[in-house]
Formats: sequence, structure tokens, C-alpha cells
Amino acid sequence: MNALFVICGIGVFSLLAEVFNWKKWVTLISFIGICVAIGVLLLDWRSVSYYYHGMLFFDRFAMAFTGLILVISVFWYWMSVDFFKGVAHRTDKSALVFFVIAGAIMMVSFNNMAVLFLGIEILSISLYVLAGSDKENLFSTEASFKYFLMGSFATGFLLFGITLVYGATGSFNIVSIADVISSSKDLPRFVYIGVLLIMVGLAFKISAVPFHLWAPDVYQGAPTPITALMSTVVKIGAFAAFVKIFSVSFIRFSFSLLLFEQGLMVLTLVIANVTAVFQSNLKRMLAYSSVAQVGYLLLAFSSDNAHSSGTIFYYLTAYALASILAFTVVQIIENAKGSANISHFQGLLKGSPLMAIAMTIAMLSLAGIPPLAGFFGKYLVFTLSVSKGFVGLTAVAVITSLIGVYYYFKPIVVMCQSEGQPISISNSQKALLIILIFLNLLIGIFPDLIRIV
Amino acid sequence: MLTVLLIFLPLLASATVLLVKQPLSKFLAFVVALAELVISIIMAFGFDKTQTAAQFSVHWQWISSLGVNFSVGIDGISMLLVLLTTVLMPGIILSSLNNTTKPPSFYALMLLMQSALIGVFTAMDGFLFYIFWEVALIPVYFICLVWGGENRGRITLKFFIYTLTGSLFMLVALIFLYFHTAGKHSFDIQSLYLAGRGLGESQQVFVFCAFFLAFAIKMPVFPFHTWQPDTYTVAPLQGTMLLSAIMLKMGIYGVIRWLIPVVPVAVNKWGEVAMILAVIGIVYASCIAIVQKDFKRLIAYSSIAHVGLIAAGLFTLNRIGMQGAMIQMLSHGIVVFGMFYIVEIIFERTKTRDLSQLGGIRNVAPLLSSVFIVIMLGSVALPLTSGFIGEFLLINSLVQYQVWIGAVAGLTIILGAVYMLRTFQKVMSGESNPVTALVPDLNYHERLVLYPVVILVLVIGVYPGPLLNISEAAVNNLLSIYSDLSASVK
Repeated sequence: MNALFVICGIGVFSLLAEVFNWKKWVTLISFIGICVAIGVLLLDWRSVSYYYHGMLFFDRFAMAFTGLILVISVFWYWMSVDFFKGVAHRTDKSALVFFVIAGAIMMVSFNNMAVLFLGIEILSISLYVLAGSDKENLFSTEASFKYFLMGSFATGFLLFGITLVYGATGSFNIVSIADVISSSKDLPRFVYIGVLLIMVGLAFKISAVPFHLWAPDVYQGAPTPITALMSTVVKIGAFAAFVKIFSVSFIRFSFSLLLFEQGLMVLTLVIANVTAVFQSNLKRMLAYSSVAQVGYLLLAFSSDNAHSSGTIFYYLTAYALASILAFTVVQIIENAKGSANISHFQGLLKGSPLMAIAMTIAMLSLAGIPPLAGFFGKYLVFTLSVSKGFVGLTAVAVITSLIGVYYYFKPIVVMCQSEGQPISISNSQKALLIILIFLNLLIGIFPDLIRIV
Repeated sequence: MLTVLLIFLPLLASATVLLVKQPLSKFLAFVVALAELVISIIMAFGFDKTQTAAQFSVHWQWISSLGVNFSVGIDGISMLLVLLTTVLMPGIILSSLNNTTKPPSFYALMLLMQSALIGVFTAMDGFLFYIFWEVALIPVYFICLVWGGENRGRITLKFFIYTLTGSLFMLVALIFLYFHTAGKHSFDIQSLYLAGRGLGESQQVFVFCAFFLAFAIKMPVFPFHTWQPDTYTVAPLQGTMLLSAIMLKMGIYGVIRWLIPVVPVAVNKWGEVAMILAVIGIVYASCIAIVQKDFKRLIAYSSIAHVGLIAAGLFTLNRIGMQGAMIQMLSHGIVVFGMFYIVEIIFERTKTRDLSQLGGIRNVAPLLSSVFIVIMLGSVALPLTSGFIGEFLLINSLVQYQVWIGAVAGLTIILGAVYMLRTFQKVMSGESNPVTALVPDLNYHERLVLYPVVILVLVIGVYPGPLLNISEAAVNNLLSIYSDLSASVK
């Protein structure tokens, strides 16, 4: 809880910095602030409690995901220092980023539908602006507008769904909703519609097929740091919200919802993986990949609604670490060569071996090759689904992950071929790459370290 | 502890090699490989041949919540394959030493590969085995991708995805077995054996198919071999050596350790199909080898034929076949290593692998020619060479199993002689032409690699006893487990 205060505080500080002319301190204070937030969270680790009359609930689940969001934010901030270097709107951007993080934390710790909605809105509205923050770039503006239209549409669905559920159960509190649903014999029909609408609204946010169509354009058009933010912090928040609401409030419907979840899952796995094969821009490919990864998460969640959060936490950690690593390299390449087209990676191994190794590790992890973290994530997912008897669906996931190997290896193959010019990178970027490589290996080899939920 | 040292010494060394500059790094890699050889020889002498259980074993907790342990050990079967790895690795590294273009990362990958290979051959835990199995794929993929020939991107990716397909099905089968272990689920090899025994017949067949797919792709057995000739041809010399001499033994070892004892009923029922596929592969690959124009591709196809015979012999499930397979794995590893090196030597000097352009090398390079003869005879299984012992035992077991299968498999000796002798004729004998007229003979460095190969081919051929003794107890134990298990379910 205190971590949320700290994050909001930095957001407000950034806004005020414009007025009081503290601009040069913003980056430093933000970086320290996130670290303080992590420290505060660790201090709070044992105190599981409700806040504000049960609006927020910080249990192990919420704290673990908050911790993950904050740790990833540290790396994100580190990788995108350049994003805040420009003179224009430095403080605004910083403030918006912190509101995104605050929104994500609310999305993992809500105990009330209103807070969920609030969290999603704080996160989304900031993101609409951030996606368009590269104002001179037409694609960035397009991304922002597209994201705004699609996002507000999804919010509409979500809100309507919440309203219907409220109408049926008379409560916004997710635990009371669950109580009412499990105790009453004849629920009104529209509660089902409400639940489905909530699912659709959240499926937009986690970009599950067929609600993913915004993702590729937005990911490609937005500035790379914002793309990285969307595919890590935002995705963690959105998926945790999805897990929380369906494993707490609507757990009784889990059997009826299974078909929908599995439908989403199979479509996500197949369509996203197959489409990713044909991409020639790495940012766009990573967009499809981030859609595809949701498929594995859905496989875990649909196999066992109540007890899959540990697996999902591990998978999201592995995915986010690998993604941040990949986006760090993509950003450097994009700054050096103008775009993230796969052909620009040619000869990277000879030119800048560290970046090539980092990219390789990221791709291997996303593809799920041992001993990297991504493999263990997939292993846990497959184990969970096989143990619940979904062998056929596991086979689908295995086959799509083979398709995944094909496109994740495309940049690797390109990097290893022909000669290339060295690209200069700063020492801080080098350090970031090395730390991330190390973390990807560490949690892959010793997965017990973070299996805490 | 020696086993752990054997696995982690190259791993640590591979990190160190990256940090030092050439030429220090390649010598460091070579020294580490030699140290591995020494350690493994010490182990071989300290090895108790009468025991059936794994020796030098180590058992550490790793991921306790999932029942995964770091548990490794060496029995007779593992011992021979570990020896094969440690004997060949110095040779493979040595074969690259006079070529200074390779950066330290190349040697780091080689050592990583050695670590993973020894891990595969010693793992006594299903999950650990799978991890090593996959990790072994990564260095060889990058060796082939970065230092390979034309079209390497496409061909190596095909190789990677092909083998990964098999592995993932093996993973699903392993998870499936894991959930059938009694009590607290565990990946321990003994509990997996018990779990496999407890399965019904149809479930066993499922596990059999998944495992067999992984192993058959790795070996490769017909019809899963289509990645192999291209990959062998496009890979750099050391990559080809790693793939053919050691890595394909992972598949055979997998059948011995993780297929036959795990699902005995299914093996009993479907082993014959696997055997017939393998025998088809022998004839098919031999026939293709006869018409090959590219020297390296020819050796690649001959490798499919030889491995087919080993696989067929394994599925006879009698002692002679098993022992034949063990000795033939060693022999094939050594012979194919020497063969590919000779191909590379000739290619370096003449810039061609086209058989029709070669000829008359014997006139200018008698030493090269003599070494080639010995290794070639080892390949065609002439008595008193290492190939003979293995092939004799294997064909013997096949004839015992079924005369006609044995007869067809026996064609390998005839067809092998056809393509190998024809190759000799085209490359070595005849008149020298402009391409081959100025081929220098073996230099000091090459002799250093090839003489030990020649000696090993002859020594194993004359006196295979000690090697057969090492694996005998383990093989007998394995067969008794198999017959117990398959009997108990019926």
C-alpha cells in the first residue's frame, strides 16, 4: 500500500517540478523513488490487510505482482533514460509514466470493481497520451488515436459488464459478489452477460485474440520505450486483474467460462503465432509475440482458475524480463539506424557482440529454450495443463511454440550473418544488458527463487 | 564428485575462455579437454565393472517443490559414452588449432557442448536429462550458424526446429510420466521406471511414440533423417564432428536409458516397427550414398546407414545386440570423426568436395592415403578393425531375432564396401589431375590428430575385451529389468 503512495507521490512531484523548475531532478528522484517503493513493499511484506473500507486488498498475490511491476519499472526506467532527455514535456512524460505504474498497481490490488475501473482508466489514459508523445511522427499519432478509440470502446464494455453484475448482486466488492453468486439459487440471466462483457473488456486490455487488433499498430507506432512499457508493466497489471477477478468473483462460473477461455486461448496461440511469422519489423513481431504469450498464460489460467497464480506469476516474470531485454536492444538499434526492421540487425554479432548475445538470450527465453526462464515458464504451464488432463490443448500449445521458435530465431539468424559496423552503447546500457542477461539465466536455473505466490 | 567435476569443469572453462584473447583461449580449451580426458580415464580405472548400480553418483536438491534433483551417476553404459566424448573432444579442438580464424567464442561453445553432452550421458533425473538434452542443442546450433557454409541460416533453423519438435514431445511424455509417479511426484529415474511400468498398454504406447520421436530424430532413423545430410554438409568441420561423432549417440543412449526400461510393454510390441524402420534406413541411405557426388554428403549418408544398424540391433533386446550397439557407438564415433577430418583436409587443399574432380591423391600424398585406408576399412567393418566387432555382433543379434531382417541388415556391409571403395578409387587412386597434383601430404598437426584415430581403430578391432567388459554388467542389468517388467505386466 505504501508503495502505491510513493509511486503516486513521485507522479505528483513530477507535475509540480514543471512549476517549481526542478526539472533536472526529475529523473534522479524517479529512479530513487521506485527503489524506495520496492523497499517499502518489502517492509510491508508480512502485513496482509485491507485499505479504505475494503477497496484495496494487499495480500501475497497483490504484493508479489506489485513487486514484479516495480522491479520491471526499475529496468524500464533504466533502459529509457533517453526518453526523458529531451527538453519538451520531460516532467509530463515522467508524471504520466508514474500514473501508469500506479494504475497497474491498483489493478493488481483492487478489491472493488470501482477500484479496478479506476486503475484501468488511470493506466489507459496516461498511455493514450504517452503513445502519441512523439508528436512529429505520424505513426505515433495514429497509434495514440487508434489505441484511444479501441481502448475507450473496451472500457465501455467493461463498465457495462460491471453495471450488470452490480445489478444482479448489489455489490462492487469482489468478495461479496462471489458470496452472492455462490449463495443465491436463481440469479438473473443478465449476470452472465455482465460476466462475459467484463471478460471482453479485459481481453482487450490483455490483447487476447480476437480483441488484439489494436496491438500491432500501437506497438509499432508508439515510441519504443512506451511499447516496452505496454508489453511489460501494463500486461502484468492487466493479466493479474484478469486472474484476480475471474478467480475470486466468478470462480463459480469457472466451468461455464472454460469454453470461452479455451476459445480465446486457442485463437490467441494459433493466430498470433502464425501472424508473427510474416513480420519484417521487429517491433511488430514483438507485438504479435506479446499477444501470443497471453495464449500460454490463458492456458495456465483456464486449466485451473483457482491455483494457477504461482505459475502465472513465474511466467509473467520470465516474459517481462526477456521482453525488457529485447526492447533495450531494439531501442538502441532503432536510435542508431532509424527503424527496427529485422534487416538492420545484420552483422550485429560481429559488430556489437554484447547486444547480439543479449538479443539472443531474450529470443531464446521467449521461445522457451532451456535453461532460460522462458523455458521454465512454459514447462510450468504445460505441467499444469497436463495435470488437469488437457493433453490436447497442451499439444496445440507445443505446436504453436514450435512456430514461435521459427520467428524468434529470425533475428538470431540475421544477426549471425555477414559483417557489421559496431554500434556504440553507453556503460549504463552495457550494465543493464549484463544484469538482465544474468537475471534471465538465474531465474531459469533456480526457479524456486521466485515461486512465492 | 568426479562426475560433477567432469560436467562443470568445461562449463566454467567456457566462461573463462571467453575472457581471454586468442591464441591463449584455444590452448586453454584444448588443455581443459585434455584434463577431462585424464579425469575420465582415472574414473574408468576406478570403475567397478561388476556393479550394476550407478557409480560416482551425486545427489543434490535442486527444485525441491517439483521433485527435481541434480542427480548424476555413471554406470557401464554411461562410462563408455563419457569416454567417447572425452576422447574425441581434444581431437575435435585440436583439428581446429592450426586455423586461427576462430574467435574465443567458438571454443567457449565447444566446451559448453562438452559439458552438456556429459550431462546427458550421466543424468539420473528425467528433468535434468531433458535440460542437458536441450542445452546440448544450443552450442552446436550456433557453431553451425555462425561458422557454417552456404545457406546456413535456413538449414540450421530446419535442424533446430526438427530436433526441438522431437524434444518437446519427449517433454510432454516426461511430464505425463511424472504425474504417474507414486507418492510425492518426482523425476528420479527409478520412480520414472516404476511409473512407466504402472501404465496401461495404450498409455505406454503414447509415451513410447513421444520418446521414440525425439530419439529417432536425433539419431536419425529413417524417415526422420531429412535434416541430417544438409546440416552435416553445411556445418563447419568441428560442428559436423560434434553432430555425427557424439551428438547422435545421445539418441541411441536415450533409447537404452529412457525408452526400453521405461515402457517395456510398448517396446515389446512396437520395437519391431522401429527395427524395420531402422533396417529400411540402412538400405535406403546406403543406396543414396552410392550415387553421391559430394564427398561430405556421402559420409553423412553412410552415417545414417551405420546408425540404422545400431538402432536395429538395440531393438532385438538381446545381450549380443546391446553389446554390439555399445561397441559400435564407440567405433562409429571414432571412424566418422576421422572420415570427416580427411574430407576437410582434402577440401582445404583442393577447394572441392566433388568426387569426379578428385583422383590420384595417393601418388602425391601417400600418408594421407594410408590413413584413409585404415579408417575406411574401419567403416566397412573389415575384421581386425573396430567396425567389425560391432557390426558382427549387431548382425548376429538381428539374425537370431529374425533371419530375413538380419539378411537385409547385412547388406550394409556389402553396400558399405561398394560406396567406400568406390570413393577410395575416385579420390585416391588413378592419375593425378591438375586439381590434385600439388596436394601436400599430412602435416605434423594433422598427423597428431589422425594417428591416434588409426591406433584406436586397430586396437579396438584387435582387443575390444576391456570395453565390452565395462558395459556388460549394466547391459545385463538393463535386459533383466526389461524382461522382468515386460513379463510382470503381462
